Amino acid sequence: MSTQTEHAEPGVLKKYLWSTDHKVIAMQYLFTGMAMALLGGFFAYGFRMQLGFPDHSVPGLGLITPGKYNALVTMHGSIMIFWVAMPVLIAAFGNFLIPLMVGCDDMAFPRINRLSYQVFLLSILVLLASFFVKGGPFGGAWTAYPPLSASGAYNLTPIGATLWLVAVALEFVAFLMGGINFTVTAMNSRAPGMKMYDIPILVWMIILANVIFMASVGPLIAGAIMLLFDQTMATGFYDPTRGGDPLLWQHLFWFFGHPEVYVVLLPAMGIVAEIIAVFARKKIFGYKMVLYTAWAVGFLSFVVWAHHQFVAGIDPRMANIFSITTLLISIPIAEMVFLYIATLYGGSIHLDTPMLWALGFVVEFLIGGVTGIFLGSSGTDIYLHDTYFLIAHFHYTFVPIAIIATFAGITFWYPKMFGRMLNETLGKIHFWGTIIPFNVIFIPLFITGIAGDQRRVYNYALFAEQSRPELQHLRTVSTIALLFMLAFQLIFLFNFFWSFRRGKEAGANPWRSATLEWTVPSPPPHGNFAEMPTVYRGPYEYGLPGHAEDFVPQNVPD
Amino acid sequence: MSATAKPIANTRSGTGIPTARLITWWVIASEIVIFGGLLAAYVMHRIGHPEWADAASHTNTWAGAFNTFVLLTSSLCAVLAHKAADARDGPRAAKLLRLTSLGGLIFLCVKGYEWTTDIRDGFVLSSGGFWSFYYTLAGLHGLHVLAGMIIMLIVSADAAKNRELQRVECIGLYWHFVDIVWIFLFPLLYIAR
Amino acid sequence: MTTEAQTHAHVDHTNYVKVWAILVALLVVSVAGSMTHIREVVLVAAFGVAVVKAYLVAKNFMHITVEKRWVPYLLVVCLLFIVILFAGVAPDVMHHSGLHWTNPSANQAERSAAGAKRE
Repeated sequence: MSTQTEHAEPGVLKKYLWSTDHKVIAMQYLFTGMAMALLGGFFAYGFRMQLGFPDHSVPGLGLITPGKYNALVTMHGSIMIFWVAMPVLIAAFGNFLIPLMVGCDDMAFPRINRLSYQVFLLSILVLLASFFVKGGPFGGAWTAYPPLSASGAYNLTPIGATLWLVAVALEFVAFLMGGINFTVTAMNSRAPGMKMYDIPILVWMIILANVIFMASVGPLIAGAIMLLFDQTMATGFYDPTRGGDPLLWQHLFWFFGHPEVYVVLLPAMGIVAEIIAVFARKKIFGYKMVLYTAWAVGFLSFVVWAHHQFVAGIDPRMANIFSITTLLISIPIAEMVFLYIATLYGGSIHLDTPMLWALGFVVEFLIGGVTGIFLGSSGTDIYLHDTYFLIAHFHYTFVPIAIIATFAGITFWYPKMFGRMLNETLGKIHFWGTIIPFNVIFIPLFITGIAGDQRRVYNYALFAEQSRPELQHLRTVSTIALLFMLAFQLIFLFNFFWSFRRGKEAGANPWRSATLEWTVPSPPPHGNFAEMPTVYRGPYEYGLPGHAEDFVPQNVPD
Repeated sequence: MSATAKPIANTRSGTGIPTARLITWWVIASEIVIFGGLLAAYVMHRIGHPEWADAASHTNTWAGAFNTFVLLTSSLCAVLAHKAADARDGPRAAKLLRLTSLGGLIFLCVKGYEWTTDIRDGFVLSSGGFWSFYYTLAGLHGLHVLAGMIIMLIVSADAAKNRELQRVECIGLYWHFVDIVWIFLFPLLYIAR
Repeated sequence: MTTEAQTHAHVDHTNYVKVWAILVALLVVSVAGSMTHIREVVLVAAFGVAVVKAYLVAKNFMHITVEKRWVPYLLVVCLLFIVILFAGVAPDVMHHSGLHWTNPSANQAERSAAGAKRE
């Protein structure tokens, strides 16, 4: 069956800015997400410079006042989660890979796909606009608790607060549209012969992430409307003196906020799964178990949210319940990690750059997960909440998700996307230059956190009981490590752009992978498959005895 | 890609449900949690604030009941449109969809009248807990009615030419969902206050 | 596809006007019930009727019972999440005092309304 799409070559504008081709939309999301990552990283540089060298003017930002500090941390957190992790892990990889991996020519609804990027871009424009309004960008933390976020008199960034809220709401709409499109495509548009358990794990993970997102964001959209009205229309939804309750926002936010972390985690784990299978030349150990644990995580993620609110004054009986569920959820995640390790065992391991990133993910995420136990138990959390221990914990989970898994995915699928190989040597230098400084940034923060350093404080010198100059060297070490980590990203950027033209030509399947996206040219043409494939087997048939090659692609007849 | 050329991805059906209807069900699922979240927030506040009964007594039950009748009737038109579309009678389906839209318009006009009198009586969005929720709930619902009407008119334009008839059922499903939300809003805001 | 044919067959047999008439009758019942001002009657008339109406619309107009089974399950799961949300949040939002805190404005509002009612 040949594709239905025969048409004249479109002009530049239509090809790159108005395209409905899922691969072009994927690139739009990827490049936008990468640009926002630079911005988010720059903001981290800003506030870490203040923390490492308090009250010194920061090159490129000037003196960091309390208001500026609050805006920097708020923007860093918001940007990294909503405008880097989600667009890159879900929208970029999902858009590029899902139609290819399930064997069809595009998403089920290409124009909705295009619209989703346009709404996403609008959300970024709204966010960037907030940098230029009176008062500057929102400074009430990415969690936006009222009354701070509801009252301009408190947050001192009234216009920024509303613009931020609108930007987040638009981002939600974009991802609802995109996510539902992906889900319908994966459910309906699969190649003939691709049954449920023949679908690559990454596709499953992205779909599950989309479903989790869709089911959890609804109450927050409701809550955001209420906050918007509190900000702009003098309502009192979150004002206890007017019949409202600030805790309601917290609950609505975290009801979404906790599933959200799994929304970004699952695609990351999916990317790692794909890479491990290819570079260990071994099928995923316990494919179905990986799915079942992912579904279990997905469901459990909806009943753990109040562990973010243990010290907020919630009903203590709730704290008991949420402690138990939170500790429970560590089990399926650990199980998934064990399955990946079991996949490696006995495999023929090739330590190419993508594999280094995938293994790095497993190691670093393990640390993040284990440190979460102390925070998930309400007793210890009373001490550790909102300290740097918490910050180090969630960076040991988020950085593997948003940075390590992203680099794993980019280095793995770059040949398919751009038709060229990235430079391996530069890739390895970039890997070590990111991983080592990353640990040097956050291990000292575990220590300062346990010692009592509170988060969201721009200068400890102003608070007598918090001012512990003996810890300052740890804070400074952390900042210097960040500078190294940021510097090494230049190597990645150079490699990425230089290899566009000067990288070795990749061919269709440089990694010798068995999934469908590697059966088409690199980069794939419009319509993807010259002839629509039929699928005969699962996605990880490596090391089959009696075959000339050590892998059999999904679309090769028996 | 021309406006009507669909990708193969759109025409396949691994689940047995056509892609258009499948995406409609997912949209409805996402709307359940949006309205559900807002409704849950309202209900817990309302139960915790029995003194809101006084404010709540000022909503116009007859306007609410009439609007319920209007939406139920428009849902009837929507499902009859679906039946016509299944019989491949595009022009009849289009006519019935336009009638459904008309129902939506009547609903919004009644609501407009209702709100005008409420505001004239001094009850605005910021008049207190009950009114904030009332306007937000009914307003969000009203926006969905408006969006539904617009989409419905677009679908009926195609249907009149016997094109994209599968969309008649889909916009109907969305409309029935909007009707069901109102079926619960009506008692919450107008009778069991 | 068999499913589509089954759905179409079902569509043709339902008398939609009859369903509509039942829905309108139920609407009348719910309004009438609310006018009795007996709390239990009002609640049952209001919400009991709403649930029945919603079911009738879902079954007869949306054909949800003829659809693939997982579709109504998906929608019910979404509702379940809202129930979980309510269960987790209501203990905090519905109360106006706890072990170590009170909300004086809310208590005041409740008392003055109760006082006004008595007058």
